[in-house]
Amino acid sequence: MTSILESFIKAFSLILHLNRELLGIIVLSLKVSGSALIVATLLGLPCGALLALRSFPLKRLIITALNTFMGLPPVVVGLFVYLLLSRSGPLGFMALLYTATAMVIAQTILAFPIISSLSHSAIVGVDHIIRQASMTLGATPFQVSLTIIREARYGIMSGVIAAFGRVMAEVGAILIVGGNIAGYTRVMTTTIALETDKGNFELALALGIILLTISLIINFVLHVVQRRGMAGIER
Amino acid sequence: MNLTFGAYHVTKSYQGNPVLKDCSYSFERGGVYALMGPNGSGKSTFLRLCALLEDPDHGKITYFDGGRVLKKDIELRRMITLVLPKVGVFNTTAFKNVSYGLRLRGMKRGETEEKVEKALDFVALLDKGDQNALTLSSGETQRLGIARAIVIEPAVLFLDEPTASVDRKNTEIIEEIILKMKKEGGSAVVITTHDGEQAERLADYMLIMRDGEISAG
Repeated sequence: MTSILESFIKAFSLILHLNRELLGIIVLSLKVSGSALIVATLLGLPCGALLALRSFPLKRLIITALNTFMGLPPVVVGLFVYLLLSRSGPLGFMALLYTATAMVIAQTILAFPIISSLSHSAIVGVDHIIRQASMTLGATPFQVSLTIIREARYGIMSGVIAAFGRVMAEVGAILIVGGNIAGYTRVMTTTIALETDKGNFELALALGIILLTISLIINFVLHVVQRRGMAGIER
Repeated sequence: MNLTFGAYHVTKSYQGNPVLKDCSYSFERGGVYALMGPNGSGKSTFLRLCALLEDPDHGKITYFDGGRVLKKDIELRRMITLVLPKVGVFNTTAFKNVSYGLRLRGMKRGETEEKVEKALDFVALLDKGDQNALTLSSGETQRLGIARAIVIEPAVLFLDEPTASVDRKNTEIIEEIILKMKKEGGSAVVITTHDGEQAERLADYMLIMRDGEISAG
């Protein structure tokens, strides 16, 4: 009990005296997950919108697949990306394995189904009368689509924030494709796993507390976004 | 532009149920037209077809500029508008709802302000401009729908049951708005109603819709 308490005190001390190494790990984590989130949003939102607004063959199958992939095990994604990027893999010539880019690719694959699936649900949930109102006011089909997407913005933002929470907390995929190289591909979650293995609980706890704080902030933002959308109190 | 239009031998069915049967009428002048008839007689369907939201199964809706037949393109669609019974407001301020149609037409923010304020004032909602449209009462929502339509200065304005779901006070306000539009001229207004007295108060021309057939009243 005393040793746990001591570890906590040392962890808080580490956070307060944020050293260069710790700061580097936090910044890299945010960079990797932030980049993955941007790429996944740029791909996932149009995909979700397309599924919600257009009819085409295999649409139901794609929606089912995306819903299934929302719960994709990170280690499986890590393995898949590893096989793609390994020297003998189809993209091995790009020499991306054990780089931050490989980690971004793995996290993008994890975030993409969440963003596209939740965007799809949010856009489908927009009252059909919005489409008609938009048409009566002279919108082109493209402008109608943009209007519907805009009306779904709070739901879409919830999806993006949920995806950010998922990739920030993820460890399996980035450990496989990033290799947890100090100062290069070491991020918060992989450091926690490594330091716990080594018995260095202070650093692991410090990063755990920071990760938890980020997660709390994400959830708080999500809550505010959802409340704002539900109440329609944009002023 | 002198925009006139007509429906010629229009029929429309939904899932095999005929709603409109060989409807023909020429709207050749400006002013207010009241389309009366009981619920389910086909008034709203007729309006949706005239507003080019849907195509008839048979027959045609044709718009003319003088004697010239106009193509049913986005340019024509932007000259006419329909206020639906359920307005469908956007989740943003009343001001932005009204400026929507102007922004679609490429108007800059600075240019829209004066027009939007004028439209909001016209429907007695100027003080609600900053309020989220979803928080307005049903009467105010109907008025917002009218403001959103008139701000784009349509050549033809269709109002589908504009007072069906509002209280007496808002009905009076909406009737005043229509009478003001009638006085100012400009748009031809076609309203649907099942209230004969209201039709008499507002309209220059009465039309009766019964069992999917239209006739002059």
